[in-house]
Amino acid sequence: MVTAGVDVGAKTIKIIILRNGRIIGQTIIPAGYDVRESMKAAWADVLSKAGVQLNQIDRIISTGAGRKEVAEANDQITEVSAVARGAIALDPRIRTVVDVGAEEGRAIQINAVGQVLDFAINEKCAAGTGAFTEAMARALEVTIDQLGPLSLRSTKAVAMNAQCAVFAESELVTLVHSKTSKPDMARAVHDAIADRIVSLVRRVGMEKEVLLVGGVARNVGFVESLKRELDTEIFIPETPETVSAYGAALLATGK
Amino acid sequence: MTMAEFWRWTESRWTAPDKDWKKAKIITAGVDVGSVSSQAVVMADGELYCYANRRTGSDSPNSATKAMNWALEGTGLTLDKIQYTVGTGYGRVNVPFAQRAITEIACHGRGANFMYGPTVRTVLDMGGQDCKAIHIDEKGKVTNFLMNDKCAAGTGRGLEVFADLLGVSINEVGELSLQVAEEPPPVSSTCVVFAKSEASGLLREGWPKEKVIAAYTSAMAHRVVTLLQRIGLKPDFAITGGIAKNIGVVSRLEKELGLKALQPSYDTQIAGAVGAALFAKALAEKAK
Repeated sequence: MVTAGVDVGAKTIKIIILRNGRIIGQTIIPAGYDVRESMKAAWADVLSKAGVQLNQIDRIISTGAGRKEVAEANDQITEVSAVARGAIALDPRIRTVVDVGAEEGRAIQINAVGQVLDFAINEKCAAGTGAFTEAMARALEVTIDQLGPLSLRSTKAVAMNAQCAVFAESELVTLVHSKTSKPDMARAVHDAIADRIVSLVRRVGMEKEVLLVGGVARNVGFVESLKRELDTEIFIPETPETVSAYGAALLATGK
Repeated sequence: MTMAEFWRWTESRWTAPDKDWKKAKIITAGVDVGSVSSQAVVMADGELYCYANRRTGSDSPNSATKAMNWALEGTGLTLDKIQYTVGTGYGRVNVPFAQRAITEIACHGRGANFMYGPTVRTVLDMGGQDCKAIHIDEKGKVTNFLMNDKCAAGTGRGLEVFADLLGVSINEVGELSLQVAEEPPPVSSTCVVFAKSEASGLLREGWPKEKVIAAYTSAMAHRVVTLLQRIGLKPDFAITGGIAKNIGVVSRLEKELGLKALQPSYDTQIAGAVGAALFAKALAEKAK
């Protein structure tokens, strides 16, 4: 049986194709301005990698903020259900999933079979999402890939407004003026976003093991801050961005 | 070539044309150092003598001094002739020449009472980085207040971000938002960061600037209304702070609340500093 999971996020589109539950192709591409055009490019890429054609896929499930735009999907599910299913498949010990994307942050408590017991979402506020780190990287004049490693060179913690990306950006300007080092400022940024995520986790209650997914999981500075605040080991999959699409594809198999 | 700075609102100073400080018995000052703007107000015998309103900038410790120097410019009055100064605002500890610091809530209440009269009962202060709803009595004493300082939505900073995005001077943003034939649906996100991406999308779809700014202003007004509804709206109603100058926000607020705000006869940004200067007068008189 060939299934596919499509996750249309705020910034990127992820597609995973499974044959009998095994990954045979995956893709991540920017959603860009025209989601339909980007979808075509995503399908072209993933279908060629998997060596199948669209009409050979038995079932397609879509998820993500733009899940309704996937005309070819047979069904849609929420990101929370999708990522929970994906997480438990990656590692059966996982009981808490932390999903930090471009514009949303989620903390989810799951059971041994990947069912959602409780969850908390932030979708109203940029603080605690990838949008925050992007704005901060711009303010510090580094690329988003440089931001994480830069913060690891920090020698001390600096307090920063953790509540709002817009205020944090103005605060960075003041910190620059007071000659705080860039690594220390970068660390402050990650502590701030970790703060927001931890408050989501506390709302659902943290149970080991913890899996971190979503694009922001690639930010080593954020991971460091999160580990420090949660005071626990954090598992990160090889491609943290595709876990929701993976879960959707698995659910498409009917299991 | 420098980029046009759309977010830069007009700074100003003013001296009372008909007053002579040399004839005053008590000269006091109030300095309000906010995160975005700073004001210095000088009062002679409890009446406005001169003031200045300027951007705080990133050098906040010197902002109070700069504001005061500008307020005094051309008056011949010097700092040593001012008998008592009160500092307020989040930067109130950075007013080196102040004898006392008083919280901005108290100063805004007092200031609004002076600026709008003893009938004001609800003051909405829409500042650079926070939004306050304050209940006051007929003397300007605070009886209750609610604040949003966690989020840029509904604040001057949020509006600065939008002015910059659209390439429209912040001084004109309000008027522009009213140039729509029909009110568009508000942007779905109150978060400035998300609203900004939403607005970019709308511009790409071909929405004209005035429609985008109308949609954002609408969302902003609505957010502020919920703050007021939480504390309760008692007439008379007055608005202070920089955003009181934005006719787009004010008119939408009035429409949603079903209540008109009192018309200002002074620069709405000086309310905190005015209140501080009045407290300074009371303290100076007590000291005598």
